[in-house]
Amino acid sequence: MPLARGAAVADNMGAEESRMRQHHDMGGLPGGPVARQEHDYALWEKRVDALMVLLSQRQLLRVDELRRNIEALAPDAYDKMSYYERWISAITHTLLQRGVVTSDELGRAMAAVEAREAGR
Amino acid sequence: MSAVEPRFAPGARVRVRRADPPGHIRTPWYIRGHSGEIERVCGAFPNPEELAYNRPGLPAQPLYRVRFRQRELWPDYAGAAADTIEVEIYQHWLEPAR
Amino acid sequence: MSSDVHTHDPAHDHRHGHAHPPHEEASERLSYYQVMEIAVRELLIAKNVFTADDVRRAVEAMDARDPAQGARVVARAWTDPAFKARLLADGRAAVRELGYDMATFHLLVVENTATLHNLIVCTLCSCYPRMLLGLPPDWYKSRAYRSRAVREPRAVLKEFGTVLGDDVELRVHDSTADMRYLVLPERPAGTEGWSEERLAALVSRDSMIGVTRCRV
Repeated sequence: MPLARGAAVADNMGAEESRMRQHHDMGGLPGGPVARQEHDYALWEKRVDALMVLLSQRQLLRVDELRRNIEALAPDAYDKMSYYERWISAITHTLLQRGVVTSDELGRAMAAVEAREAGR
Repeated sequence: MSAVEPRFAPGARVRVRRADPPGHIRTPWYIRGHSGEIERVCGAFPNPEELAYNRPGLPAQPLYRVRFRQRELWPDYAGAAADTIEVEIYQHWLEPAR
Repeated sequence: MSSDVHTHDPAHDHRHGHAHPPHEEASERLSYYQVMEIAVRELLIAKNVFTADDVRRAVEAMDARDPAQGARVVARAWTDPAFKARLLADGRAAVRELGYDMATFHLLVVENTATLHNLIVCTLCSCYPRMLLGLPPDWYKSRAYRSRAVREPRAVLKEFGTVLGDDVELRVHDSTADMRYLVLPERPAGTEGWSEERLAALVSRDSMIGVTRCRV
């Protein structure tokens, strides 16, 4: 039976071997009931989606880079973050990797947003 | 766009290589090491493992839909014998099944 | 879901004078990631990567996509055998006939019959035919669905109220690459002679993912 990251498992032919399953690669793992309640997407979430679409259209990001950066999140971060939190984190990391933005620019811009909020 | 030639035709029996490399991998863990049958050739696409690092991913890899029997995948599968699962897999993950 | 057609700066959507739907984060402190979203967007606008208008239009475009679009495709396929054949052969080209643009994605339409039932999942992330159906439901992206739909699909279907006989093959499609999937549900009995519009009303988003069937 497939287990989580790093566990040794017996394969179908009975031989023990150590296997490594990445955290996001969850097909076949045990799970609870499918929670059916849905939420209306908040405007900030739709804007994250729009950001992905606009950046892809301008070839500043590939969906594959987005996915890789999501998959690179630490397992507890992956589980705790909401879907669009993972997306905005991954979009930002991709832009950093591509050199479209720098950490310095981001840090200053985020601090400015925080200050603007605090001033309200 | 340069592309690798398809090795497999619909109906061919193939095995998914058993490997767990790091990086951006689109071959789900649960089918690695398992055998199935080519349902169709989807065409050739740049390799997402490379696209994930903003590299071109060329030559393009043939992509296949491979059909597996659920009872062969899961020892405790609780469904009908005819139940199947189809997964899109890139050629470099496939080898002929013995 | 209202689409925001006000002409104000989207960065200040949650802090303006007039009334706004309660799901906006109007009275709560912004989270770290909400701050990041605003900062990244404003930076990219300042760098002329895109404009605030581009963002607004992209949001509106996604808002305009919803499962009713897929329902129209299904209803057309139910009533027009030649269209159905084209749909099954090349989904992207066929839905373009109805005005729906799948961009670069290939659309694979899989048909339910009396002996075959299709179910769609993306175990690795949450690939979904967004360009046709709009944004996916939360449950489709959940750990529980992504992990269990491939291994115990009949149990998952049962949670949605769908029970298949043992004589029906359940075929799960794990959307791992460049294909996007749409289930073409079976047309319910007792709908002979119905108009496309009336038929489309029977087709839910969930039936096009494959967790439910269409009923009169």
